Formats: sequence, C-alpha cells, structure tokens
Amino acid sequence: MQASHYAIDFFEWFGDLGQFFGRVTRGAFSRPFEGRELIRQMDAIGALSFPLVAVAGAATGVVLAMQTRDSLSRFGAKSMLPSVIVFTLLKEMGPIITALVASGRVGAGIGAELGSMKVTEQIDAIEVSAVNPYNFLAATRVIACIAMLPLLTLVADFCGILAGWVASTLVQPISLHLFIISGLKDANFHDFLLPTFKTMVFGLIIGVISCFQGMRTTGGTAGVGRSATSSVVLSSLLIILADVLLVRIILLISPS
Amino acid sequence: MSETDPIVVHELFKSFGQQKVLDGIDLCVAKSETVVILGRSGTGKSVLLKLLVGLQKPDSGSIRIHGQEISGLEMEQLNEIRKKIGFLFQDAALYDSLNVRDNVAFPLNRHTNLSEADQDKRVRELLASVGMEKDLEKMPSEISGGMQRRVGLARALALDPDILLFDEPTAGLDPITSGEIGKLILKLKQERKLTAIVVTHDIQGSKAYSDRLVVVNEGHIVMEGTLEDLQNSKDPFVVQFLSGVV
Repeated sequence: MQASHYAIDFFEWFGDLGQFFGRVTRGAFSRPFEGRELIRQMDAIGALSFPLVAVAGAATGVVLAMQTRDSLSRFGAKSMLPSVIVFTLLKEMGPIITALVASGRVGAGIGAELGSMKVTEQIDAIEVSAVNPYNFLAATRVIACIAMLPLLTLVADFCGILAGWVASTLVQPISLHLFIISGLKDANFHDFLLPTFKTMVFGLIIGVISCFQGMRTTGGTAGVGRSATSSVVLSSLLIILADVLLVRIILLISPS
Repeated sequence: MSETDPIVVHELFKSFGQQKVLDGIDLCVAKSETVVILGRSGTGKSVLLKLLVGLQKPDSGSIRIHGQEISGLEMEQLNEIRKKIGFLFQDAALYDSLNVRDNVAFPLNRHTNLSEADQDKRVRELLASVGMEKDLEKMPSEISGGMQRRVGLARALALDPDILLFDEPTAGLDPITSGEIGKLILKLKQERKLTAIVVTHDIQGSKAYSDRLVVVNEGHIVMEGTLEDLQNSKDPFVVQFLSGVV
C-alpha cells in the first residue's frame, strides 16, 4: 500500500514537472521579455557564484596535480602530467564541479527565495497584477542558469589549470607556458567546446528543478526549508545522471 | 441584485481533498457596493476571493466579473480582467526584493506606457493617498505591518481598478492602525465609488464602510444584511458569532 502511494507521488511529481516546464518554455518565448529581471538574475547567479566556483576549480586542480603525479610516477609517465590535468579539467572535472557547486549555491537560493515568495503570497500578488509568474520568475532564472553555467565553467577550468600548474611547479619547476603547451598539444577544439556547452543542460536542470520546487512550496517556513533542500538534492542527482548520458553523446559526436 | 452586477457568483463549490470549503455559494455585489464577508477562520472566505481573481479554480459553479464568465479563460483573457481588480492580501504580500516605490510601480511598469517621470508622479500620488509618500526608498522589511498594508493598497490601486478585494486588511494590527486602515477603505469608497469585498473579523470596524454584511458558515451563506439585521438575527450561528461566546 505504502509502495503504491510512493509510486503515485513519483509519477505525479514528473507530470507536474512536465506541465511546469511547458509553462516556463511558453513564458520564455512570450512577451513582455523581462530583460531587467534577467540581468538581475544573471548577476545573482553568475557574478555571485564566481568566487565559490573559482576556489572549487582551483582546489580541484591542486588535488588533481598531487594525485596524478603520484599515479603517473608509478607508470613512468610523469611527463604526461600537464595533459592529464588539462584534459581532466576541461572534459569532466571543470563542468561537473561547477554544476555541483552551482546547484548548491544557486539551487538552494532559488528554491528558498521562490518558496518564501509562495508562502507569503507574493507569487499570487504577481499573478493578480496580471503578470505571468512563469515568465517573470521562472523563465528569467532558468535562462540565467543556462547562460551562466558555461561561463562559470570557464572560470573553474582556468583556476583549476592555474592551480594545477602551481602545485606541479612547487614539486618540479615547469614554466606556465610549457605546462599549457604540453597540456593542450593533443587537444582539439571539441575537447573544450562540447564539455563546456554541456553545462547549459546542467544549468537547465538547476533552473527548472529549483524554480519548480520553490513555486510548489506549501507548509510555511518549514516548507521553504524543504524546498531549498530538495532543490539541491534533486538537481545534483539529476546533473550526475544527465552527465552519464551527455558524456556518451559527446563521445558519439566527437570520438577521440 | 442583477446579472449585470460587477460581481456575480452562482452555485460555487470548492473542496480541498475531502474538505468541502465552499458548498454552493451565491453572491452578487452591485456597482459601488461594499460587501463585508464574515465567518469563522477556515470557512473559505479567502478562498472565495482567490476564486474571484482566478488564483484558484472552482470545482463547479459560475463566477462572472463585469458580465464575463472567468472559469475556463486563457491566461491572457484572465489577465485583462485582473487589471480591473485590485487585491490587498492578508499580509500585503509586498515583493521582498523591491523597495516601496518599485512595489507600487510594478503593475505600472508592465501595463502602462507612462514615461519615467509620469510613472514616478503616479507612484507618489498613490503613496500620498495612503499616507506613505515619505517612505519611497524603504524596503518592505523596514516598515511596520500597518505601513505594509498601506503600500499594498497603493499597489492594488495602481491600475485604477473598479473592483477592490480585501483579504483581512486589519488582521494582526493594533486597534489604532486597524482604525486607520478602515478609514482608508471608507475614503476609497467615497472618492472612487469602487465595488469592494472585504473579508474581515473586525465587525465594529467594518460598520463605517460596509453596505451589506454576509455571514458564511460551513461553506454556505447563513445570513446577509446590515449590522442591525445581524444583531436582530435569531440564527444560532450569527448570535454566537456576534457575541463570541462558545
């Protein structure tokens, strides 16, 4: 009995999510275009996540440098260190670390903000003012997430490579120029472009899930807390699952 | 009362799960009339207001605003009707991220072609009409509950509506502030000749501005009339409600 109840809830959630996504998509393509709100959201999502993503990217670069040096030394392939760091960061670690950090910071923020607006009737007030909340609140946040994730990924990539070089050069000095040249010598443009642009899908997931969870909040302040938590948990989980699929698609499009 | 009244509600039913909230409500509000809806908490008074602006959908029944049936309307058509209705929410529902000026300017930004100077003038006029012209730059969190209601009222009036809905405009306010809000409603009634529905528990306060009081219990209208009519009623619920005795 309990299992069937959970199954119904699960399918209902997906049905509601599908309807929500349809409304947001219609909202995004209907007038008026909320340019001011979009810029405000891009600033909130992009600029304010910048330091966090930069630190996370740098830390990943340092850890990669330390771990890979040890592993490559065992196989006598220490000269491959710059390539391994650059490839790993560009192709996987940069995008996924950025997406997970953003889902934590941005997802929780959107879930809590919209949840709070829902329980204090601010979303109703927007609707009563004859303004479409799916356009004004949700579409702007979703578009801002889609636009900002690739840019934040560039930040993570850059900081990761720079910090990876610093960590490497402290153990065995190598110029930054040589590090980058040897790191990128076997790379082509697709190695960078496709993984960076796949973060647009991660941005879509973060935006849609957090807005959805926020705008369906019930149960007062406790409900706001639940929405913030579920926004982070669900978007992180879906990002990891989507990554499996996206990596496969990228390998099909651009086989090495 | 006639079918041409600005607000006509017929046989309205609304349930949430097993809980029946509105059980066949019939209500007409004439032009420039102010109707006060009274009833115990949780008897669907606020739900009725939300149904009138399409924030919730009825299970069955008819809602006509200015002669137009609103159930089943597309968002764009519903929004055209919403522009003619001002709604003051229970806790004002001001947008946290916007200051007082931008809260009032919000509907103007989206539905008028006013220049920046004209819009600013209009916002100042609206805020002056509710006595809040000095607090333009303050954020909602920096002003009191009574001041928030005033700003909410200014925002509700921004598009010059001909219907105004008040959801417990004095709930949680001290008697002096409640009296001030009551005076504002009376002033609006006299100056703008608006059609209004006020959901409130403040029976004495509503005496000044109400043309008719409607008592709702268990999803039905149990009585309507003037305060005197209610005071002379023998209906056990009305007697109990007015006396407050359990």
